Amino acid sequence: MFAGNDLTCIRGERVVFRGLDFVAAPGVALVLQGPNGAGKSSLLRLAAGLLTAAEGALTWNGTAITQDPDAHSACLVYVGHLDAVKPALTARENLAFWSRLGGGPAEVGGALESLGLGPLADVRTRLLSAGERRRLNLARLALRPAKLWLLDEPTVSLDAASVALFAALARAHLGAGGLIIAATHVALDLPGRVLAMRSNARAA
Amino acid sequence: MLHRFANPARFGRIIAAILPWGAGASVLLLALGLYLALFVVPPDYQQKETVRIMFVHVPAAWMATMIYAVMALASAVALVWKHPVADLSAKAAAPIGAGFTFVALATGSLWGQPMWGSWWVWDARLTSVLILFFLYLGYIALWEAIDDPARAAKAAAILALVGAVNVPIIKFSVDWWNTLHQPASILKLSGSTIHASMLYPLLVMIAGFTAFFVTVLIIRMQRELAARRVRALALGGSADS
Amino acid sequence: MNAFARIFARDASLAFRHGGGAGLAVAFFVLTVTLFPLGIGPETQILERVSAGVVWVAALLATLLSLDRLFQADYEDGSLDLLALAPLPLALVVLAKCAAHWLTTGLPLLIAAPVLALLLNMDAGGLGALVLAMLLGTPILSIFGAIGAALTVGVRRGGVLLTILVLPLYIPVLIFGVCAIEGAISGLGARPHLLVLGALLLGALALGPWAAAASLRLNLD
Repeated sequence: MFAGNDLTCIRGERVVFRGLDFVAAPGVALVLQGPNGAGKSSLLRLAAGLLTAAEGALTWNGTAITQDPDAHSACLVYVGHLDAVKPALTARENLAFWSRLGGGPAEVGGALESLGLGPLADVRTRLLSAGERRRLNLARLALRPAKLWLLDEPTVSLDAASVALFAALARAHLGAGGLIIAATHVALDLPGRVLAMRSNARAA
Repeated sequence: MLHRFANPARFGRIIAAILPWGAGASVLLLALGLYLALFVVPPDYQQKETVRIMFVHVPAAWMATMIYAVMALASAVALVWKHPVADLSAKAAAPIGAGFTFVALATGSLWGQPMWGSWWVWDARLTSVLILFFLYLGYIALWEAIDDPARAAKAAAILALVGAVNVPIIKFSVDWWNTLHQPASILKLSGSTIHASMLYPLLVMIAGFTAFFVTVLIIRMQRELAARRVRALALGGSADS
Repeated sequence: MNAFARIFARDASLAFRHGGGAGLAVAFFVLTVTLFPLGIGPETQILERVSAGVVWVAALLATLLSLDRLFQADYEDGSLDLLALAPLPLALVVLAKCAAHWLTTGLPLLIAAPVLALLLNMDAGGLGALVLAMLLGTPILSIFGAIGAALTVGVRRGGVLLTILVLPLYIPVLIFGVCAIEGAISGLGARPHLLVLGALLLGALALGPWAAAASLRLNLD
């Protein structure tokens, strides 16, 4: 159970949201929805520990993540709206770097296959399309079993077949008792709950 | 103690109360100091009338260093205690410090002309002040370059602290360089043996410059606080907090 | 430590694979040094006198040139977020990137420096001190540069700003680096200057990565 209580996020001098609560439970995706500027990306970055909340706390089963930030970052995979792909490296090299950085194996063929990137494994990523790069970024989800997935618009620039591949991966993750928090406008046919976020333009 | 001043509204009232006293003190002290320096102090037997430049040069150089220390201290307070007005005071102080640094450089150059027959001499003190001027410029440029004021404040605070750690090292290296390359015999800009009749005017000038710094700092901080309030209103929030 | 080695290896291989990295910095170094005899004349005595200073100044500028991409590329493509989430303190991520930067910039400059010093007629007695001083000095340049690069990541025209922020911090390295060479040539000895450079390096290693990491964290916002 991953939860946020009474979260306030201030970026720059602007309050993105105030007094926000959420609960993400195993097996059920928490889908963030709301207009631009409602703070979906901010909430995901907050949950990843990339931002710190001005007020409020994020907890795992009641234990604040600030108690052990390293343990928290070890059990999550964050997929932002940037693909973190180096154009000079091949798809396999890109993914292998992230795998080994997290202490995983250098062999990433399985993860590439799971998003249909097998045939492109040894192609320099500068030659890949936007959707293929996105799939390479999403392939990090298949590298190692992480408890919590934080996904910021994961299906942007994916074609229908790729969306289906990704949805299958997400369903398997949820089925295994994993947690997902995702900002998305695409219906993924996942067991999920919606967290509606409002636009909140107030000063700090 | 600290958080009593942390509230910007109360802080605004306190500095507004100090402002007239600071302004009055700077006028009085600078008038007295200049009178002493220009009319009372006897001409130096060696440097003649040009010695009077020292009464502007030395206090300005001193202020340049002190203001950098103030900035570094305010930056540390801003980073550690997230004090809401500390970063503004560092920001407001920087251009004043750069101004004093420039005055120290200009007067040093004017002094050098009759003394050494050259508008610029790579004297250890002048060189250090010149580098300090570059540090000020970098700090101001960083504030200007980052759009988000909150992020700019933190970045500038880190830079001020990095600079503060480096200033003594730079000073040490410049002194080292100077002694290696210019073996003595040239007249140093600040004689370490200052006669008492010169010391008092010097101290009065330093006090006057300090009062002037405080006054201008307050005016600039009032502007910064007002600008922050305007930004807050533009975002539709309440003016205080 | 494993993660440290991974980041180091990736940055180094990216720099070599882009072709630009090391080669460009050395090319800039050589060209800049070549300009000095053209600017001040070919008299060997004058060149010998200025050789230590010219080589060091050119090395500082060549290092600066390569710094603006140190974090910028990772910031722009989102890798910085993932590096911040890696099982490694951000300060060590910075240190790994600095080490890779030194390997691909500082070390090639160090190798090229004695050759350039000979072009400028530097006294052969100063060459050893030049190499030692650069061995101690160029890592400091990478670390101080990382602070500047971290502060200006995501800033428009950050490269120019970076130069203004970092060059004043390079002055002690320049002074002690040049003094070490001149000390060795004059027979007074390079040792005190090299010791100061060593102390600066230790100080930079201890504090620099933390300052740079704190600056990077701001830009994760």
